[in-house]
Amino acid sequence: MSSLPREFETTQAVLNRRAGSPHQSMLLRMLVRAAVLRRGRAASALLAMVVAAAVTTAMMNLYVDVQAKLRTEFRKYGANIVVVAKDGASLPAESLQKAQAAVSGRGMAVPFAYVVARTSDGQSVVVAGTDFELVRNLNRWWSVTSWPSATEEALVGTRAAAAVNAQGKPLEMSFQGRMISLRPAGMLQTGGAEDSRIYLSLGDFIAWTGVQPSTIEVAASGPPEEVSATMRRLAQAVPGAEVRPVRQIMESEARVLGKTRATLLAAAVLIILTAALCVLATLIGWVFDRRRDFAIMKALGASERLLNAFFAAEAAALGVVGALLGYVVGIGVAAWIGRANFHSPVEPRLSVLPFVLVGSVAVALLSALLPIGLLRRVQPAMILRGE
Amino acid sequence: MWRPAPATSNPNSMFVRLVYESFRRQKRRKLLAGVAVTLGVAVATAMIAVATDVGDKINRELRTYRANLVVSPQEDTLDLEIGGVNLKPPSDGAFLNEADLPKIKGTFWQHNIVGFSPMLPVTVGVRGAANGVSTGEAKPVILLGTYFSKPLRFGKDDFVTGVRATHGWWRVDGQWPADNSQDVLLGERLASRMGRKPGDRIDIQGTPHRVAGILSTGDVEDEEVVAPLGLAQQILGKPGAVRRVYVSALTKPEDALARRDPKTMNPEMYDRWYCSPYVQSISYQLQEAIPHSHAEQIRQVEQTEGTVLSRIKGLMLLVTLAALFASALAVSAAMATAIFERRGEVGLMKALGAGNVSVAALFFAEATLLAIIGGVVGFGAGALLARQIGRSIFDSQITIQPVLFPVILAIAVFVTFAGSAAAIRRAVRFDPVFALRGEG
Repeated sequence: MSSLPREFETTQAVLNRRAGSPHQSMLLRMLVRAAVLRRGRAASALLAMVVAAAVTTAMMNLYVDVQAKLRTEFRKYGANIVVVAKDGASLPAESLQKAQAAVSGRGMAVPFAYVVARTSDGQSVVVAGTDFELVRNLNRWWSVTSWPSATEEALVGTRAAAAVNAQGKPLEMSFQGRMISLRPAGMLQTGGAEDSRIYLSLGDFIAWTGVQPSTIEVAASGPPEEVSATMRRLAQAVPGAEVRPVRQIMESEARVLGKTRATLLAAAVLIILTAALCVLATLIGWVFDRRRDFAIMKALGASERLLNAFFAAEAAALGVVGALLGYVVGIGVAAWIGRANFHSPVEPRLSVLPFVLVGSVAVALLSALLPIGLLRRVQPAMILRGE
Repeated sequence: MWRPAPATSNPNSMFVRLVYESFRRQKRRKLLAGVAVTLGVAVATAMIAVATDVGDKINRELRTYRANLVVSPQEDTLDLEIGGVNLKPPSDGAFLNEADLPKIKGTFWQHNIVGFSPMLPVTVGVRGAANGVSTGEAKPVILLGTYFSKPLRFGKDDFVTGVRATHGWWRVDGQWPADNSQDVLLGERLASRMGRKPGDRIDIQGTPHRVAGILSTGDVEDEEVVAPLGLAQQILGKPGAVRRVYVSALTKPEDALARRDPKTMNPEMYDRWYCSPYVQSISYQLQEAIPHSHAEQIRQVEQTEGTVLSRIKGLMLLVTLAALFASALAVSAAMATAIFERRGEVGLMKALGAGNVSVAALFFAEATLLAIIGGVVGFGAGALLARQIGRSIFDSQITIQPVLFPVILAIAVFVTFAGSAAAIRRAVRFDPVFALRGEG
């Protein structure tokens, strides 16, 4: 936009400079000068490009990552696979270790053992043995006043507590003639069957009843294929047991994920389209604004191919620089959204970069060549006369 | 470029004419800027509409999958449930009264209640039956009485409820039995053990029943017989008895107020608590509606889904912000380009003696007009877009709140103004001599 005379250079300096740069660098110089001299417009075109690339990168990153992020949220629902011994028997020894090996870092396996025991006044109640450390991570919805920490401490469900009057007093329980005295450590509320049970640590439970776990609840992470692979491994690891998916959890998870991704995709398409249009509008304005340069070059004898190449190179350079800067900014935006919303950053994905790069260059080329096509038909003299 | 003004004109009508002529003569430029505004507004409208509705849509989706509240008799004996099988004798303990159930739809939050399903398990002896002759040994099996999709009426409201509305993961091969029939569903594993197909007959407690379909749930029901509630009551000999009721209700994630005990609240706070769709207040109202009942949230469903939903809502909110940002940028880019192209005009106006204020006023007036036209058209387009998204993703309408219209319009005007401001400032400051010489 500046029409001020260019900076003065001594003739000698110009000659030196020109001697230093071979003839081929003319194109490069024109490109650089065009950007430097019309700083304002070039900057606004670049800004549009960067913002568009950033928004695109952020949306694509989110789209790829949201599934993994939501899956970790869904795993807080609890187990999605149950391993149950057939016909109410116990699972073979070492089953838990084998199951844990089968899950191997892609989730967790928690054992449960159940018996019906009697209180001292003859009330029947279900007593369960489990690993409190594991169950605490598996079933995060359990509302517990305080977790048992010492041996022979019990977690008492709210309904069970009302039925056995366990207000801080030790509970005398008997199972097949064997007695145990339990200290209620805390109350458990879930709104489910757990409310009617008393939970012990598995060690205490086995020492008291001699009954081994009959159920292993498994929370397997990953997409459906991985979950079914885990199920197959579990079936091999624990032969004779029944391995089944918790369908109500798997299906609602699949539904919600599908809908969320579809919504996000629609949003991403809309946003990317808007951003591309913004770039298109700005760049067309920028190129159109330089019809005078175009006319001068043409008047000086530049061929159409050279002109096209010049404007295309300019647009491509803008596209590449904008895409790279935008990619970095977009990664930052995605990471921030991940942190703000999911409390874990969205991981930067390099696989997104080629799409952003190609898309940016394509939009830039399109918006450069569109006005050139219009200008080609106009006589340079007309443009130079300002008509 | 301008015709001489008629002698009678006053400055105001001149201003109006300037704006009018500018729109009439520069159709292409105005169209470009207008398209940008329209598109930006359309995207913003659609995104806001989708983001505000997506939580509710997914919530509804989840609620047809699993119930989040359970109502049981207050004075019930302790359940002895292991692995989904209740070892407590079926006739033990207290029952709810089926006649009270329609009152669920009479509670304050009736519109948030997606559905409910009563359950009554009884133990029965089941044998195969062929050609009217019972075959094989009778085996003890649990028969679960429930509603499939039962039409009910409360006051003037007719509604349909049952497991088909609250237990979305139940699959039936064959047909669902009618609620007033004697037909039953046979659990998948029980059916394969007995070798029964849909349409076969089985003998329950000595009477033959048709198997309408095979039920697959991946849970304990696979080993059970599921029958209309009336049949279970008849077998148990307790007409009107219901063991528990599963209720699906749309709730608001709980906060500090939700967790407080209603007994300790002052009247004003109590009203606020009672009139918010917290799971706690809905269960409180269910207890009020059904005598001698105890309603409780199923924490596994309620608590975890609350988290997932709030994550999705938060995500959509942030994405909407990104969309607003992108469309604001598109609008300001288009406006800046449009104004930049008119430096010559500005130069001419200034050369003719127009002050900075009147030039800026002209541009702002044009921008406002563009914003309003683009805003109205864009709002309509965005509403259509949101509806399309709602229909294709959620199979239901996304409703656009009318209150959104003035908000969107205000945002459009603001963004167009803000986008034009820098360009207008530059245009106004520009030396008319350079502009007229065409040196931009």
